[in-house]
Amino acid sequence: MPDGAQPVLDVRGLKTVFRTRAGEIHAVNDVSFALQSGELLGVVGESGSGKSVTMMSLLGLLPMPPAEVRAGKVLLNGQDILHLPPDQLRRVRGAKVGFVFQDPMTSLNPVFSVGMQIMEPLKKHLGMGRAQAESRAVELLELVGIPDARARLYSFPHQFSGGMRQRVMIAIALACNPDVLIADEPTTALDVTIQAQILELVKELRQKLGMAIIWITHDLGVIAGIADRVMVMYGGQVVEQAPVKELFANPQHPYTRALLLTIPKITGEREARLKVIEGQPPIMLGAPNACPFRARCEYRHAACDATNPPRRAVDGQPVGLGHDVACHWHAPARTEVAHA
Amino acid sequence: MRDAAAPAADPAGPLVQVEDLKMYFPIYTGILRSHTGDVKAVDGVSFSILPGETLGLVGESGCGKSTVGRAVLRLYEVTDGRVVIDGEDVAQLSAEKLRRKRPTMQMVFQDPQASLNPRMTLARIISEPLDEHTNWDRARKTERVFELMDQVGLNRRFANRYPHEFSGGQRQRIGIARALALNPKFIVCDEPIAALDVSIQAQVVNLLEDLQERLGLTYLFISHDLSMVRHLADKVAVMYLGRIAELSPSKDLYARPLHPYAEALLSAVNEPDPELAARRNRIILKGDVPSPANPPKGCNFCTRCPRVFDLCRQVKPELSEVEPGRFVACHLYGSTAAAGSTGAPEATERNQQGVTP
Repeated sequence: MPDGAQPVLDVRGLKTVFRTRAGEIHAVNDVSFALQSGELLGVVGESGSGKSVTMMSLLGLLPMPPAEVRAGKVLLNGQDILHLPPDQLRRVRGAKVGFVFQDPMTSLNPVFSVGMQIMEPLKKHLGMGRAQAESRAVELLELVGIPDARARLYSFPHQFSGGMRQRVMIAIALACNPDVLIADEPTTALDVTIQAQILELVKELRQKLGMAIIWITHDLGVIAGIADRVMVMYGGQVVEQAPVKELFANPQHPYTRALLLTIPKITGEREARLKVIEGQPPIMLGAPNACPFRARCEYRHAACDATNPPRRAVDGQPVGLGHDVACHWHAPARTEVAHA
Repeated sequence: MRDAAAPAADPAGPLVQVEDLKMYFPIYTGILRSHTGDVKAVDGVSFSILPGETLGLVGESGCGKSTVGRAVLRLYEVTDGRVVIDGEDVAQLSAEKLRRKRPTMQMVFQDPQASLNPRMTLARIISEPLDEHTNWDRARKTERVFELMDQVGLNRRFANRYPHEFSGGQRQRIGIARALALNPKFIVCDEPIAALDVSIQAQVVNLLEDLQERLGLTYLFISHDLSMVRHLADKVAVMYLGRIAELSPSKDLYARPLHPYAEALLSAVNEPDPELAARRNRIILKGDVPSPANPPKGCNFCTRCPRVFDLCRQVKPELSEVEPGRFVACHLYGSTAAAGSTGAPEATERNQQGVTP
């Protein structure tokens, strides 16, 4: 992992709330992370853990109201984008930051051809003319592995399969050579064999283009295969953050530990019974001044109800760079991993 | 022989026996709505499930696995084939007999949101099958509803609440309680955990396992989650484009898949272990699944198979036992069948249909 250099994306103390009739929902609570250039950061969490809302807050994609980004800083290449006026923010979205959404059917416009949709950011952000944009669009479609790209340029989204549509989405996100690509559950709606194709494509593109990627998913298996670093979210907070091998070998947070045990394995010994995390994910109504996981935690003690644990370093490196965890409980020391 | 005097179920034999099941959905085109073809959602599927056993049915979306589940319970009128459940061919039963058969076979649906009536309370949802199929009095029904709620781990206080007041996992428990109401022998679980969060999936899966043990249930567990199927199922059928590619004991299939599609499918599963992920050899299949309205000639998988050869594009391979207990539909394993195919292809297997062009 490159370190010391200025991160491409630096998020500090981000807080987003939703105002509802029942009260304020603290969807994102004091989330901080840094993304180095060329790095793939995996963000894992269940639905409602705040992973998508975090990313949408960064880019001002949330409807406000009811949402409100209450605090925090988002530095993209050193520039704070959280407080940019809308027209300037629009120049960041799509140009410097690409976004791939979960469902490739609903995020493509059904009445425009895929070519038009790829060319739109090229014309808007890069000021390309039609001919130039067209040839770049063909290039992009070839890059994401769509066969016979020129002929398919003016096909409509419904003429593509799910996997192909997701490739088109990736092509659009990549159109302006963004510094950061945010992929929100990009393979969740796809079948496993198609998912494998897309993961392979992303690995390849990363090598070719060297951009930084944030990959949001609830699937720890996907993360294990592609991420450099992982951030686990629960109840709107970052509960654990570590390099990928370290996280899987030496999980510290009770939630991460339990989560790894609830998933049945595809190789090795067949488990007699799955471990269960009792209870439901929390609804973050009211100020978050206790640990969000306490109701389901097997190591709960008085401190968990009294204060919300801050992130603390596990391996001596500063929080955010090495392995850190937000928990009052200290996991018993385990044998060190080979070269953690 | 197909109808009437159904032979009594052999106690040692399978509870569910499906033979050459076909489910075609007609395509009508043009202003005259003429019948121009069929979507062959299920095209000759055979399997059997022993009492107390779980058969996992896996495959990608559109492969026909849910259609099999529905056709087996005769939620569709099947195009052809036999579905013998507990000694009776469900596909041939008259409406009245089918109705009386329904209590033995039930279903748990994928989406607990859509499969529960939002205007009915939990107690009414669970007792609806009792209203339909029993003439019990109110007190007895209430007693049974409470018993079922205990069994699936729902608090009795919730009896008068509505589905929207429950989380996804709890709603799935309601769906399971409803399926259990009439003491079924056989339950089709159609992706029962697909809509649930990871931490909730294990709760529902453990519940299904407990119930099976306690009540001696037989499951057809349909899922695209291969690792969950490995955990639950005794035998697994891998479907591709309306046909079974491989049917093997779970242990053997996951240790050493025989059919190239099963192999690719398993290699595509993401193991939550970065060390392993780096070492594993993935088989990346090219292209997409062909349309079931226009399946390729020969083997269904020949357009994407990494080990395809000439015969695959001409002759549809039949499901045959290549190792004890392991059935594979692939020419790679059909050395004897392929050699003898010029002689008497008719005589080989029971789900024959497709061979003669």
